[in-house]
Amino acid sequence: MSQNLKLPLHRAAHGRTGDKGDRSNISVIAWHPALWSLLVEQITEEAVAHQFAHRRPSSVRRYLLPRLHAMNFVLDGVLDGGVNDSLNLDTHGKALSYLLLDLPLDVPTDLIPFLVGPG
Amino acid sequence: MAIKPNLRIGCAAGFSGDRTDAAGPIVDAMLAVGGPSVLIFETLAERTLALAQLARRTDPQGGYEPLLDELLRPILQPCMAGGIRIVSNFGAANPSGAARHIVALARELGMRVPRIAIVEGDDLSGTEQRKLLGSAAEGLSLVSANAYLGAEAIADALTAGAEIVVCGRVADPSLTVGPALAHFGWARDDWTRLARATMAGHLLECGSQVSGGYYADPGVKDVPGLANLGYPIAELNADGECIVSKAPGTGGRIDAHTVKEQLLYEVHDPSAYLTPDVVADITEADVIELGPDRVQLTGVRGHARPGSLKVNLCHETGWLAEGEISYAGARAEARARLAADVLRQRLDGLGPLRVDLIGVASVFGDDAGCWLGAQVPGEARDVRLRVAMKHAERAKAERLLREVTALYCCGPAGGGGVRTALRPRLGTVSCLVPRESVPATYRFIEAAAS
Repeated sequence: MSQNLKLPLHRAAHGRTGDKGDRSNISVIAWHPALWSLLVEQITEEAVAHQFAHRRPSSVRRYLLPRLHAMNFVLDGVLDGGVNDSLNLDTHGKALSYLLLDLPLDVPTDLIPFLVGPG
Repeated sequence: MAIKPNLRIGCAAGFSGDRTDAAGPIVDAMLAVGGPSVLIFETLAERTLALAQLARRTDPQGGYEPLLDELLRPILQPCMAGGIRIVSNFGAANPSGAARHIVALARELGMRVPRIAIVEGDDLSGTEQRKLLGSAAEGLSLVSANAYLGAEAIADALTAGAEIVVCGRVADPSLTVGPALAHFGWARDDWTRLARATMAGHLLECGSQVSGGYYADPGVKDVPGLANLGYPIAELNADGECIVSKAPGTGGRIDAHTVKEQLLYEVHDPSAYLTPDVVADITEADVIELGPDRVQLTGVRGHARPGSLKVNLCHETGWLAEGEISYAGARAEARARLAADVLRQRLDGLGPLRVDLIGVASVFGDDAGCWLGAQVPGEARDVRLRVAMKHAERAKAERLLREVTALYCCGPAGGGGVRTALRPRLGTVSCLVPRESVPATYRFIEAAAS
C-alpha cells in the first residue's frame, strides 16, 4: 500500500505571478504530467484563499489548462490597491507565487520520483 | 497566391529599464539567417507613460524612452542596411520627439535617414479627448490618459514603407501583430491568425522572461548564463503559429516550462485574453519542445475583438514617505520591534503606518500588518526596520522621515544606517471607451523637420 508524504507544493510545481491593478494572477505548472491530478484535487480555490487569508481576497478563481498541466489563479483585492497604492516594498506582489508554492501537498510515495528539487 | 516566407520577430526589451545591450545578438542572428525580420522593443509599463508625461512637462522635447539612444545606437545601422524593421512603443508621451532623436542619431552615425512613421491617437489627456473619459477622470489631478491602440496603424505604416514605427501606448502584443499583419496580409477579422500572432507577441513582450529571465531558482530551475541572457526571437508562419528561440552563443533557457510560465503571465481567464486586436483563447494551447532552446506554440484560438478600448489614467495622489534603520546582534529583533512601537506612537493620527522587519517578515505581509502580527517574535540578529506611509500633504508625509531619523538619538540602542525617501505618488484607474471614438493614425516624419 502506498503511503502519502506531506511536502510543499514547490516540489511538484512551479509558477509566476503577474499583476494588473489590485488583481494578482499566479500560475501553477506541474513539473510532470503524472503530478497533474494531485494539483487539481488539492490546490483548490479554497486552499489558496486560506493561504492568502491575511490579504483578504475578495475572490479567488482557478482556471485549468489540462493540456499544459497548468492552472491559473486569479486573486482579487490582494495587493493593497496595487502597484501604485500599496505600501509594500513588493508593490506588484511579484513574490506571491512563492507564498502559493508553500502550500502543503499530500504526495503518494509512488509519485516521489516525479518531484523536483532537494527533499 | 504564393505562401509568404516566415517572419522573424526579435524582442530586445521587456520594459523601460531593461538591459540595453540585448539587441546586438538578436540582430546578428537575424542577419545570419536572412529573410523578413523585425526588431521590437517593449518599454511601457502601466506607470511609465505617466512618468514620461511628467518628464515632458519639464522638457517639451522629452517624454520618450530616456534610454532610446543607448538602445538604438549599436544596431540602427546594421538593421537599416540589412532590412530589419524596428517597431516599438518607445515614443511614450512624445513619439515625434523620439522620431526626431532617431533622425539626429542617423545623421550623427553618417547613415541614410530611415523612413520613420509615428502612430498617434492614444493620448486622451487633452481637453477635447478628456470628454471621452466621462466620470472616470472626474476630480482627478490627471497626469496621463492613454488608450491601448491595436496593431492596425502599425501594419498600415509598415505597408506604406516605414522602416521604423514609433508608437506611444499600444497593446504590447500589437507590436508583434502589426508586423505580422503587414507581412502576411491577413484579413483583419482573421481571428484565429490574429490570436496566434497575439500570443506570439505575448511570449515576446517581456523580453527575456520567456528565455530564462525571471525563472532561475538554483538547484530547481537552473538557467545557464543569466548574466548574458539571449532575448527571444519568434518565427511566425503564414498561419500565425510560432517557434520561439534565441540567438546562438547567448545565455538563458527556452523549454516547455519557461514558455508556460510566460504564456500565463498576466493572463486572467485563459479562454479570453483581451487585446484591441482579438480575443485570444489558450485553453487548448500546447507547447512542444522541438530541440534545445526551441519551442513551438500551437492550438491558440481566436474570437472577435472587443468593441471597446481600454484607457489607463494616471493621476497625482500625494506623497509616499519611507524610512529604514538597522539593528544587529543580541536582541536585534526586539529592538527593531520597539523602534516600530515608538514610531507608531509618534506618528499616531497621520494615517496607517506600514511596518516591515526586513530579515523577519517584509514581503508576504499586508499593509494592515495582519501577517507581521501573526509572527511570533523571534531572536533574529540582523534586522532592518522599514516603515512607510502615504499622505496627501507633503509636510505631513515628511514627519515620517524626521521621526525615523530621530531614532538615531531617541530610539533603541544600536540603531544605524538610517535612509529616508519621499516620493510623489501616482495612482492609476482604467476605463473603457468605444473603439470608434479613438481613431489610431500614422504619419511619416519628414527628415527635414529635425
